[in-house]
Amino acid sequence: MNPVVRTVLQRLGLGLITLFIVTIIIFSAIAMLPGDFAKAMLGQSATPETVAAFQREIGIDRPPVERYFAWVGQIVQGDFGSSFASRTGYRRTVAEIIAPRLYNTMFLAVMTALIAVPLALGLGILAALYRNSWFDRVVNTVTLTTISFPEFFVAYMLAYLIISRDTFIGTEFAQSLPEWLAASINWVLNLVPKFPTLANISDQTPFWEHVWRAALPSITLTLVIVAHMMRMTRAAIINMLASPYIDMARLKGMSPMAIVLRHALPNAWAPIVTVIAFNLAYLIVGVVVVEVVFVYPGIGQLMVDAVKSRDVPVVQACALIFAATYILLNLTADIISIATNPRLLHPR
Amino acid sequence: MKNKNSGQREKGTKLLSIRNLHVEGFSDERWHPIVRGVDLSLKRGEVLGLIGESGAGKSTIGLAAMGYAKPGCRITQGSIQFDGIDLLAMTETARRRLRGSRIAYVAQSAAASFNPAHRLLDQTVETVVAHGIASREAANRDAIELYRRLHLPDPDTIGFRYPHQVSGGQLQRAMTAMAMACRPDLIIFDEPTTALDVTTQVEVLASIRKIVEEFNTAAIYVTHDLAVVAQMADRIMVLRHGRTVEEAETRQMLAAPAEDYTRTLWAVRKLAKPEVPAEDYLLTIDNITAAYGGTVKVLQDVSIKVPRGRTVAVVGESGSGKSTLARVITGLLPPMSGSISFAGHYLPSTLKERSKDVLRRIQMIYQMPDNALNPRQTVEEVIARPLEFYLGLKGAARDRRVNQLLHMIEMDESFLDRLPVELSGGQKQRICIARAIAANPELIICDEVTSALDQIVQEEILKLLMRLQQEFGVSYIFITHDIATVQAIADEIVVMHRGKVVEQGLKTEVLTPPHAPYTELLLSSVPEMDPDWLTNLLERRQRKRVGAAN
Repeated sequence: MNPVVRTVLQRLGLGLITLFIVTIIIFSAIAMLPGDFAKAMLGQSATPETVAAFQREIGIDRPPVERYFAWVGQIVQGDFGSSFASRTGYRRTVAEIIAPRLYNTMFLAVMTALIAVPLALGLGILAALYRNSWFDRVVNTVTLTTISFPEFFVAYMLAYLIISRDTFIGTEFAQSLPEWLAASINWVLNLVPKFPTLANISDQTPFWEHVWRAALPSITLTLVIVAHMMRMTRAAIINMLASPYIDMARLKGMSPMAIVLRHALPNAWAPIVTVIAFNLAYLIVGVVVVEVVFVYPGIGQLMVDAVKSRDVPVVQACALIFAATYILLNLTADIISIATNPRLLHPR
Repeated sequence: MKNKNSGQREKGTKLLSIRNLHVEGFSDERWHPIVRGVDLSLKRGEVLGLIGESGAGKSTIGLAAMGYAKPGCRITQGSIQFDGIDLLAMTETARRRLRGSRIAYVAQSAAASFNPAHRLLDQTVETVVAHGIASREAANRDAIELYRRLHLPDPDTIGFRYPHQVSGGQLQRAMTAMAMACRPDLIIFDEPTTALDVTTQVEVLASIRKIVEEFNTAAIYVTHDLAVVAQMADRIMVLRHGRTVEEAETRQMLAAPAEDYTRTLWAVRKLAKPEVPAEDYLLTIDNITAAYGGTVKVLQDVSIKVPRGRTVAVVGESGSGKSTLARVITGLLPPMSGSISFAGHYLPSTLKERSKDVLRRIQMIYQMPDNALNPRQTVEEVIARPLEFYLGLKGAARDRRVNQLLHMIEMDESFLDRLPVELSGGQKQRICIARAIAANPELIICDEVTSALDQIVQEEILKLLMRLQQEFGVSYIFITHDIATVQAIADEIVVMHRGKVVEQGLKTEVLTPPHAPYTELLLSSVPEMDPDWLTNLLERRQRKRVGAAN
């Protein structure tokens, strides 16, 4: 068998085993959560009988091991079960609760990735090309600054900037400035598009409207993740530039751009894609703060709400989706690393 | 015939002229001179050999001829005129246009200098396409033609392989094709065969010489091997410490070197130790077969005897199993079958089964002292470690012994606190020798211990090893691919080829004809100082091939 196919199958198998172990961890962790959904739902005044009846109805009276296998059995068949918020005659499946939220999260993640990954690669390549120049320093400083601020701060600053478009000229600060300066600042502020500061969307929102409303959360996330990817791209390329074959390329009269793109980058993919995968996973599992700031209905907020209301099936499903995302993206990174290594792809 | 393909490129007009070249390198926080005022001139179609020890500045001069200084180096003074153009006065972009197209470069390690991510053909034609000299298709066709002329196997398809799929000798020829792709006026060959086996070296040398003659290309051939440069160059320039020692036509230089330094370079090759027949045997290897995991046997049925107090040289090209044999003897690789007896006792095959005392009695010295020394340990720590570990020496006794050992290797107490980075290559190898001797061993396995060193340093190390043998009666297994080293140090020779022992016996027996066929090939491939050696050898082999065909 081709060694690449074998390695990929091996990694895939390992990924599945990891996912299986994760289901055990998720289930045990949630089983250990304090509080009781039935009591929380029925309130302080509920009699023990009503609580027991309700527990029986949603199935949490059975032993944990039995519940675990029932849950895993369902998932294998593609069924995430019913939310505890279901009523008799009104069943709400976990899938139907999660689906629109997951779509929104994926939408934001893909949109951000489409901006951030090319931006990070481009900046990283240019920084490597013009290393130690003022351009390199500016890019490094700016990206380091944006990654150093907490993301809610970046989010609020961006929102404030948008609001300032309309309010700056009326502020005391603006009036204390010379008129020409205040006017030019106002002019610059008005160059910024009037992005909505609330990303409230529904399933009826048209596609481009969705893009427009998701702009600020997307920019915030881009500012947060770009530094890591850009710095790794720069470092991986510069690391390659010390190789004898780079000296050779220089002596062959190749231009600096061709050296970086044709000779260094193809050998630098492995560390770069690992970091990209890590950051893309963050876009799906780590965005809850940004969702809250911009009131964007994503899966992070859903999970937080579900934890608060002890809606265990939803929490479990979210956790599992997060875990699967990590595993899948890292698997993809591994496969790309293998596929860009000719020693593995074309054995002797 | 020589000028058939060269059009107006008549041999004889001036191509390159370097005047008063000064190059500096930055290290230890300051600039050091590397090249100090070298003049050089080269005519079209002429091959100039640059020769000298490492640090003589020969590679730096080669690169300067392309208007290039390595990162961390700078050209501070002088002029470099290439075909009437001042290379130092032009912009970097303009110089880049010359590189690859009119001045090309062939590097020492082809394996490291080919980009692992691209196919050979793509790399061969890269300059042609980038400089806009020919279309991609025409360049591909031409590259295949060059592969054919350089006698690469399967010239039509070899270009579609990746560098790791091709052998070192083939890569070196592919790199020559890459340099030739734009039909440059000048090629810089920077030690192109140093990393190759002698048997492979002959083929690469022949290919390079043939193609340089066919296209009437001028070349600067940088090497530290006198015999090689004698085959390749029309004229030789001897360099030392960044200065020209002397310069002359090849034949004249070989016949009558004017300077003392040049004569010392020549003399190195003549070191030869009279052999002493064995009295009794220290190590007996019986029918060893070994493999690394898989089914490919690296050693097959190898039997060798090592006499006490003598030196057995194990020779053969890379892949012949020499180093694997060392791993089996030291216990790093347990063999699949066969047995070893050491000083009359059975030698257990794994390290675990061997007692500390048995471990002490067999020591090893490696090719690369850089890798064999811990960069964070001082000379004192390195030498004292076996004293503490094997012999349990402590305090004043240990210090005394360390000093004693340092004097034994012709160094002194001032080195005690130095780290490996503060030592020269030869000094580092001496420390490795002291470390091996510290254990009072009966057998030392020397794995290519002089291959990474300059010839003059090589000679010193070999003399040191021989003196230590006389003093302590230690036996050496000397693994090498260099016949001159064998001449210098061996009592007995074992010739290995593809995991098997081809021939073994006393040095004179093995080195005097008739030889086993592989020994013949190996010995005849060792370059000699005669400038006609390569021509004669190729003719002889050609005649033999024709004779065999009839």
